[in-house]
Parts: sequence; C-alpha cells; structure tokens
Amino acid sequence: MEQIRKQYKKILSDYIGNQNESDLYIGQNFIKRMIQKNVTPEEVISIHKQALEEVYDDLPDSVLHGYDFLIEVMVHFGLKVQEHQSLLAKQEELRIEMEIATKIQNLLLENEIPKPRSVDIGMISVPLRKMNGDYVHFMHDDERFLSVAVTDVVGKGVPAALCMSMVKYGLDTLEYANSNPSYVLEVLNRTIEKSIDDSMFVSLCYVRYDLSTNVLTWSSAGHEPSLYYDGESESFYDLESKGLLLGILPEAKYTQQDLDLKNGDFVILMTDGVTDFRNKEEFDSREIIKELALANRHLTAQEMCEVIYSELQKLHDFKLEDDFTVVIIKK
Amino acid sequence: MREARVVEIVTELDIVTARKLGRDEAKEIGFNDVDQSRITTAIGELAKNILLYAHAGKIVIEEVEENGLKGIAISSIDKGQGMKDVHKVLEDDYSSTSAGAGLPAVKRLVDLIEIESRVGQGTTIKVVKWLVRV
Repeated sequence: MEQIRKQYKKILSDYIGNQNESDLYIGQNFIKRMIQKNVTPEEVISIHKQALEEVYDDLPDSVLHGYDFLIEVMVHFGLKVQEHQSLLAKQEELRIEMEIATKIQNLLLENEIPKPRSVDIGMISVPLRKMNGDYVHFMHDDERFLSVAVTDVVGKGVPAALCMSMVKYGLDTLEYANSNPSYVLEVLNRTIEKSIDDSMFVSLCYVRYDLSTNVLTWSSAGHEPSLYYDGESESFYDLESKGLLLGILPEAKYTQQDLDLKNGDFVILMTDGVTDFRNKEEFDSREIIKELALANRHLTAQEMCEVIYSELQKLHDFKLEDDFTVVIIKK
Repeated sequence: MREARVVEIVTELDIVTARKLGRDEAKEIGFNDVDQSRITTAIGELAKNILLYAHAGKIVIEEVEENGLKGIAISSIDKGQGMKDVHKVLEDDYSSTSAGAGLPAVKRLVDLIEIESRVGQGTTIKVVKWLVRV
C-alpha cells in the first residue's frame, strides 16, 4: 500500500505541475493496477487526500473535511463493488455447473437418426437456452418398425431438462419399436403423472412406421399437430388429435390413427416453438411452414429441416423464443 | 484500556450516537481515516438491523488486545426473534431481499464476525477489526 501511495503522489504532483495529457493517461493505467490489488474506492480517495496533504502543506481544513466526507460515503460504494465481484464469482460457478449439466443432458439424450432404406428421415432440435426442453426419441431395431417420439416439456431450461430425462427413460423401458402409439402414450402418461410436479406437463407426438406396409400410425398428447403432405393431391392435412397433455389425468385415454405413406408424401412433426410467432400475429406460421416444405420438397428430409429452421430464424430476426424441433419423415 | 461503551438502540437517533462513539474509539485506538469510516459503517449497519428486526437492543464498543495486537470489538445484542439460518444471512444474494440486511457488508468491513442466534430468544453479533500498521 505504501508503494501505491508513493506512486500515486508522484503521478498526481506531476499532473498538477504541468497538466499533461500523458500524466492523465498514466493515472488511468495506474488505477487499473490498484483495482487488481483490490484497492477499494474509499481507499483511493484516502490516498488522494493524503497525497494532496503532502504536496501542499497549506490546504484549508474545509477541503480536508470535504475529503473525509467523501471517504465516508464511498464506503458503501466500495461494499457494492465487492458484492458485485462476489456475485460475479458465483455466477461463474453456476455457469460451469450449467455447462456440465448440458454435457450430461446431451449424452443422456443422444439419439441417432435411423437410416432405413425405404424412408428418409431428417431432424433438427435447437434449444433456446443451454438445456433443451424438446426431445426426439427414435427407435428402430432394424426390423419391421421404426418409431419416433417428439416431446416438448411445458417450460424451459433446467426444470424442463430434468423432466425430460424421465420421459426418455419412460420411452426406453418400452424397448420395442412395434408398440402401439396409443399404448405408449397411456403408459408414459401414468409414469409422468405419478412422478412430476403438478405444474409440469409434457406434450408428445408418437409415430410408428411400418416399413413393410408403409403404414404410419400416430397418436398425440396435446402436441402441436403434425402436417401430412399428400403428394397425389398436392395438399397438406393437419394430423389433429384431442389427446390430453401427459401428466394431467392418470386414466387419460389416447386414440391412434393410420395413414398410408406413398411416394412423394411426407410428414412434418414439430414442437410449438416452431409455430409460435409471438408478436408477429400477421403471420400464419403453419402456412409459412407448408410453403417452405412445399418449395423444398425435392431436398432430403434433413435438408428440408435445416431450410425450415434457417428461414424461420430469419423471420424471427434470429431471436427465436422457444426450443425448436422439427422432424420430417419422407417417402 | 478504557471501559466498554454501551449504547441502547431504541430510535434512529441512537444509531448516530453509536456511530459517533465508535468513530471516537476507533480514532483513539489509532485506526486511519478509511478504517474509521469502515468501523462506523459496520456499527451503523448493526444498529440498523437491531431497529429493523428486534426493535430494541444495544451496541457495545470496546478496545481489545490479543497477542500484542490492538483492535476494536463491536457487539450487537438483542432479544428479538432470532435467525434460523445464520450462514444464509451472510450470503450476498440473500441479504438484499430478506432479513439479513447488511450482514454481508458488515462481514466485509471487519476481520472477524461471530453470530449467535436462537429463534425466539435473540441474536448476538460480535465483530472485531484489528489495527494493522502497514
């Protein structure tokens, strides 16, 4: 501290002597060193006061009292600075924890897109924050059936991510891709209803595809309706269902429906983050997705997903407000 | 060594009295201007907490000496509602919204803080700042 006092006095008296810009510059660099050494604002003022006293032995008492007053009021300023630093350190701890949690979640929810011969599948899932509240689960045991679950936990961030790991294990225990979609939803609904908080809900769309007959069977629990494009009539249909969100009623029942997937057809599964156009009510989001899909239907399913994502991102000025997931199954 | 000085805290004016006594004591012990301000600030925060949460209590200011080291000790004693989670009131993110107003600040201003609190019986906080010549 004595060293700092001496140097400060030197810089200050140099400046008072000639008012050079270079001494101001030196002074500013010097304060950076003081900050590094954790010199507090009230100490800076005390150093300044002492230096002035030493340079001028005829300083009026009123000026010195003025400095005493400033030291006193700056104590709280110094406390705020320290509090800020300690909160920054805490924030850094939390950030590191989040990063680890994100890595764990990514490992946990890792799922490869299956590549069967007769159908083309694409997927994109982008979290809004670090952790994803959307999840896509594929099951394909290289046999006849392939199934896809697109899930959205109502809520975002860490709580949604924790809930999601449970949904994943629920799906894992069902093991085989040939289960009936309505049965899958009923089983998951009971598990979720029992184990999660009343304020948490999960929407899920479950699709099973029979590779030998090209029949796609689907069921939905309060999920954003999927879009079916019929290549023959060149038109889109909403795959609507009245199934309740998972986790509300233990005895909820779900129905399932079939559709034949012919060459040139495709189905778009998505979460509500895709169609949510908050503050942009002039857009009909589902129409925009239809137009984008139609214009790009010559691309692979994966490329279509990516085009939809990048175009919607542009429409939202690159500020999407929810987790974003699209899956396309294309014949 | 001088006798301990005691200030009963019942109104806001008593905070000022406690601060004044603390500042004088700190000056006599030999603390520099910045430390005098810090000691006074700590006394002010402790006294304010008494008023806010216990409505009445006292501040005791005394000179202390240990292993040849001089210092000032300030105790805040009240018979208020007490605190359940003492470690929590010392955390920065807790103090701003609830009971421990200013305690993290007090902790930063001094070298040692001891808190004894019993729910329903009251709280005693003792802080010490050592006089270190640099």
